[in-house]
Amino acid sequence: MSARTIKLYEIANARAGDKGNRLNIALVCRDPAHYEALAQQVTAERVASAFAARQPSRVVRYDLPKLAAFNFVLDDVLEGGVNASLGLDGHGKSLSYVLLDIPVEIASETPLPEAAAPAHAK
Amino acid sequence: MATRIAIGGAAGFAGDRTDAAGPLVATLSRFDGPRFLMFETLAERTLALSQLERRRDPQAGFNPALDRFVGPVLAACLRDRIKIIGNFGAANPRGAAARILALAREQGLTTPKVAVVEGDELTAVLSAKQLAACETGGAILREAPEIIAANAYLGAGAIAEALDHGADVVVTGRVADSALALGPLIHAFGWRDDDWDRLAAGTLAGHLLECGSQVTGGYFADPPYKVVPGMAELGYPIAEIDAGGDIVITRPAGTGGRVDRLTVTEQILYEIHDPAAYLAPDVVLDITGVTVEELAADRVRVIGACGRPAPPTLKATVCIDGGMLGEAEISYAGPNAAARARLAAETIRERMRTRAPGLVVRTDALGVVSVLGSNAATPDWPSEATDVRLRFAAQSHDVRAIERLLDEVEALYCAGPAGGAGVRRRMTPRLASASCLVERKFVAPRVSMVGGGA
Repeated sequence: MSARTIKLYEIANARAGDKGNRLNIALVCRDPAHYEALAQQVTAERVASAFAARQPSRVVRYDLPKLAAFNFVLDDVLEGGVNASLGLDGHGKSLSYVLLDIPVEIASETPLPEAAAPAHAK
Repeated sequence: MATRIAIGGAAGFAGDRTDAAGPLVATLSRFDGPRFLMFETLAERTLALSQLERRRDPQAGFNPALDRFVGPVLAACLRDRIKIIGNFGAANPRGAAARILALAREQGLTTPKVAVVEGDELTAVLSAKQLAACETGGAILREAPEIIAANAYLGAGAIAEALDHGADVVVTGRVADSALALGPLIHAFGWRDDDWDRLAAGTLAGHLLECGSQVTGGYFADPPYKVVPGMAELGYPIAEIDAGGDIVITRPAGTGGRVDRLTVTEQILYEIHDPAAYLAPDVVLDITGVTVEELAADRVRVIGACGRPAPPTLKATVCIDGGMLGEAEISYAGPNAAARARLAAETIRERMRTRAPGLVVRTDALGVVSVLGSNAATPDWPSEATDVRLRFAAQSHDVRAIERLLDEVEALYCAGPAGGAGVRRRMTPRLASASCLVERKFVAPRVSMVGGGA
C-alpha cells in the first residue's frame, strides 16, 4: 500500500477547551493504529504553524499512548480569552477544526466514515 | 459500607437542558446502592454575573433556572433517596436553599434536609491588594480595582460532611466542579484525605460528569465521521464507581447519545493541560496511565487514575469590571457584496482612527471569516461572497468611544457603500477575570443545615 495524504479530519477527532488565554485541543485517533503515524507527523511545531495567525507564544504536545490521543496546549491564542476577546468565539471552541485541517500521510487506504462503514466494523 | 455508588450528571453549565435529569432519576431509582444527582451550573464568569444580580436584588444571585432544573425531579429524588448536589447556589447558596425548601412546600413534599456549603467567598477575607499579590498569569488586579467577585474553588470535604449529616440536597457556591462527585464518593466510601489514588479516581469521575452530555455524545456529532443517534433526546451520563475507584460511564436506557472509547476519551482530555498534573483542591490527578475499555454497548470502564498530594494553595477566580463591549452589524448582499463590505469596513476604520484613536476595533465578515479571524487588519475576503454580514466590536471603559463606533456603523445606512442593510447594535457590560493562588489558611469551608431536622 502506498502512503496517501489526507486531512487529520478523516481519521481523528478533536475537542477544544479553554482556561483564560490558553487553549487545549485533544486529538484522538479514531483507529489506534494511526497513533504512531500521527506522533511522527503532528508535532508541536506543525500545530504552531497551523495556528500562526493567532501567534501562539508556546505550543506543547503531551502524548497519551494508552488513550491513542494527544493533548496540545497553545498559549496566548485566544485574544485574551472569553472575558476579553473581541471575537465571536472567545472560548476558541471552533479552533479544534483548525487542527483537524492539517494534512497527514497514512500508509493505508482512507478509512470509510462511520455512517458508510458496515455495522460490525464499529 | 457501600461497595458501589451511582452518580448522574444532570447539567454541564447554567444554560444546559433542564429536562435531562428525568431519565437519570428514573435509572438511578433502580440502582442497587447509594445514588446521587449532580448539577454543575457555575462557569467561571457565571458567579460574578450572579454577584451582580445579588447586588440588584438580595434575594437573587443563585441560578435562575433552579426551579426548572430541580423542580421536576425533587419529589422522585426525595422518595428514592437520590441525593442532589449542585453548585447552583452561585453567589447566594442560602437563597437557593430557601428556594428548594419553597419548591418542596409548593409540591406538598416532606421538608427536605438541605445543606449549604459556604466559605468560597473571599472578599470579606482578603483585600484587593492581597488578592493582587497572589494573582498568577497576569496583573489586572495591580491597580486595585473594585472587586465584583472573588471565590476560591473549594474541595469535596464540605460536601461529604453535608452528606454525612444526612442532607437530601447539598447547595454550594464555588467548588471544584469535580468535587460535586468526589464529595459523594468520600461520604459513601470513607476515603481518607490522603488516599491520593482514590481521590484522583473520584476527581476523574467528576471530571467526566461535570460537563453533562459531553461524555455521552454531546458536543461530538460530526456525521458521517462521528455519528450520534438521538441528538434531540441525549441521555446524560451516569458514573458507577466502586470503593476502589473503578469507574463505569453509561447513560439511561431509552435516551439518545453514545458512550464509547471516543466520546469518553474526548471528555477525559477536555480542558486538561499537563495530563500528568491536573490540579484539583483535593489531589493532583495524573491521567497518563488511564485506560478506557468498552465493556458493552454504552458501558465504558475508566481505570488507572493516579494521585499525588493536593497542592498547597487553592485556585480562586477574581472578577472585576471590564468596561463595555459594543457590537454593531450591517449586511451586504448580491453582486460585489464582499467588495462593498470591505469598503464599509475600511471606511469605519478610517473614521475611527481620528474620532476614537486608540480604540481597538475588530472586524468580522460573517459567512466569510468570523470565528477564525483576528483583531489584525481587515482580512482579505474572497470577492465571490454574495451574502456578507459585517460585524464590528470594541471593548472599553470609555462608553463614549464605544457609542461612537456603534453610531458610525449605523451611519453607513446613508453614508456607506450601496445596499447596506439590517443594522443591529448593542452594548453589554463585560467582566475581566484573574486567577489567584490563595493560601489555604484564608479559606474555611462551612456547612450549615437548613430545613428538615436542622
